Amino acid sequence: MIVTIAARELRATFLSPIAWTLIGVTQIILAFIMGSGLENYVRTIQPRLHLYLTPPDITSEVIVPQYMWLAIIMIVISPLLTMRVFSDERKNKTLTLLVSAPISMTEIVVGKYLGLLAIVCIMLATYTVMPLTLLFFGNLDFGLLFSAILGVFLLMAACMAIGLFISSLTENPLIAAMLSFFLILLLSIIIFAQGESPDVFSLAHLSLFQHLMAFVNGLFSTHDLVYYLLLITAFLILAIRRLDSDRLQH
Amino acid sequence: MNNNTLIEAQHLSRHYGPNIAVNNIQFELNRGEVVGFLGPNGAGKSTSMQMITGNLAPTTGSIGICGIDLLDKAKQAKAHIGYLPEQPPIYKELTVDEYLKFCARIHRVEKISVTAAVDKAKQRCGLTKTGQRLIGNLSKGYQQRVGIAQAIIHSPAIIVLDEPTVGLDPIQIREIRTLIRELGEEHGVILSTHILPEVQMTCDRLQIIRDGELVYQDTLENLSQQSRGSCAVIGLSKEVEQDKITALPDVASVERLSPKRWRLLFNDGCKPVPQIAKQVVDNDWGLTELIPEQKSLEDIFLDITTSEEEHPAEENVPAKDDTA
Repeated sequence: MIVTIAARELRATFLSPIAWTLIGVTQIILAFIMGSGLENYVRTIQPRLHLYLTPPDITSEVIVPQYMWLAIIMIVISPLLTMRVFSDERKNKTLTLLVSAPISMTEIVVGKYLGLLAIVCIMLATYTVMPLTLLFFGNLDFGLLFSAILGVFLLMAACMAIGLFISSLTENPLIAAMLSFFLILLLSIIIFAQGESPDVFSLAHLSLFQHLMAFVNGLFSTHDLVYYLLLITAFLILAIRRLDSDRLQH
Repeated sequence: MNNNTLIEAQHLSRHYGPNIAVNNIQFELNRGEVVGFLGPNGAGKSTSMQMITGNLAPTTGSIGICGIDLLDKAKQAKAHIGYLPEQPPIYKELTVDEYLKFCARIHRVEKISVTAAVDKAKQRCGLTKTGQRLIGNLSKGYQQRVGIAQAIIHSPAIIVLDEPTVGLDPIQIREIRTLIRELGEEHGVILSTHILPEVQMTCDRLQIIRDGELVYQDTLENLSQQSRGSCAVIGLSKEVEQDKITALPDVASVERLSPKRWRLLFNDGCKPVPQIAKQVVDNDWGLTELIPEQKSLEDIFLDITTSEEEHPAEENVPAKDDTA
């Protein structure tokens, strides 16, 4: 049942121009970033490689920054992917179809979320093709690459959960997109609220980007993984509660 | 509860803030029956439909769907219901086939029987030629048909249709009504509408709802029997005083239509037309016409929905000041 809903979500996204446009435009931006990264590497780092004890390799100097950029682009893009998930269903009154069917609200929300994750996977796969072309010219640090991909995937997954919840609040996709954008941006920039010392709790611990750092540095950190999983679960539960409350008495 | 009772709704109420949309409604739906929900706009028809189909939780009351409590075991109960809301819940970017397949799947139709179910629903709703077309490109009437197909795709025991013929052309309306009659043979159908002939043509039983309350509930057969011969128009060639007309047997009241024509309202349950004819002829008033009038459904509907309008039950009427 969940799979049916996820499949429809995936289909709906790719039947509309949104997904195609976003993937295409992002690809162009990433191509530019990778090109300039490579040029920088060839011009400034390669001639001095013999000077380093542990020479910086192309993965950490070119590819990882590209994924950092991708993460930043995602802040802008993910609200556009999630805005219509529930608001369209509300606006077109098609939510009734799902609610009347013998499926629970949890199945509906999880199904939709898995559909979004499938889109994220497809996007990440297309973005990863470009770095992999470097294999023609040399070797890559696959451990670091996968860790960076996993990190960006978790960040995107978190953005999807936030967007999905916001989309369940309103029937206007535009408002859903704006609200999700602001919430995700806010959760991103509080990384600047660093405390005096690392021991003191600071707002930065709540930041989406704070927890990305370990992954892009090649560290698989369960503590950051748990952060993302908790955030995702929390927003999915909020969405379920929100949609259930439509039915109930206030 | 016997096996044929599909829906048993008891003491259903739904409040929206201070407004009471539906107040203490009870009714039953049996297999092989088409029940018409009739009422003016805003009477609470759609709210009732939404409660029966699990889209809205009632403030008080209980709903049994084929013996399963809808509020406790929503998932099992919903499997027995097919619902067409006021606005058909269609995905315009899908083709008819894709959409119906999706509907079949979420209604837990087994994977191997999905194609058969889709074909059957399409055939019943006259959609066989439109399978490959995008729903968004179909006319309103066809979209409505897709909505009905969606409601019957898992052959549910109960089919709830909220104004199914809105926006259809006369031919389509006739087809849909025939379809509803057909469906009523093996399923239980609840039909909400404010179109009176529709009820007369399709329903076995009628429920009139006004200001959230069930004000009338009877079979259509009883209704037509009751309404037949409750009044008559009499035409005389002589002018006769009103007192004499009122004195005719079983006449409750008279209304003067013209100097020589009267409308007679009979006492409840009486059918005194033959006696009246005899007496009028005996009195030699010059009988020119005597036509028993059948109260149409429209009259009954208007009687029921507009009576007590002057003294509306206060708690039901949202602040609406006509005199201001």
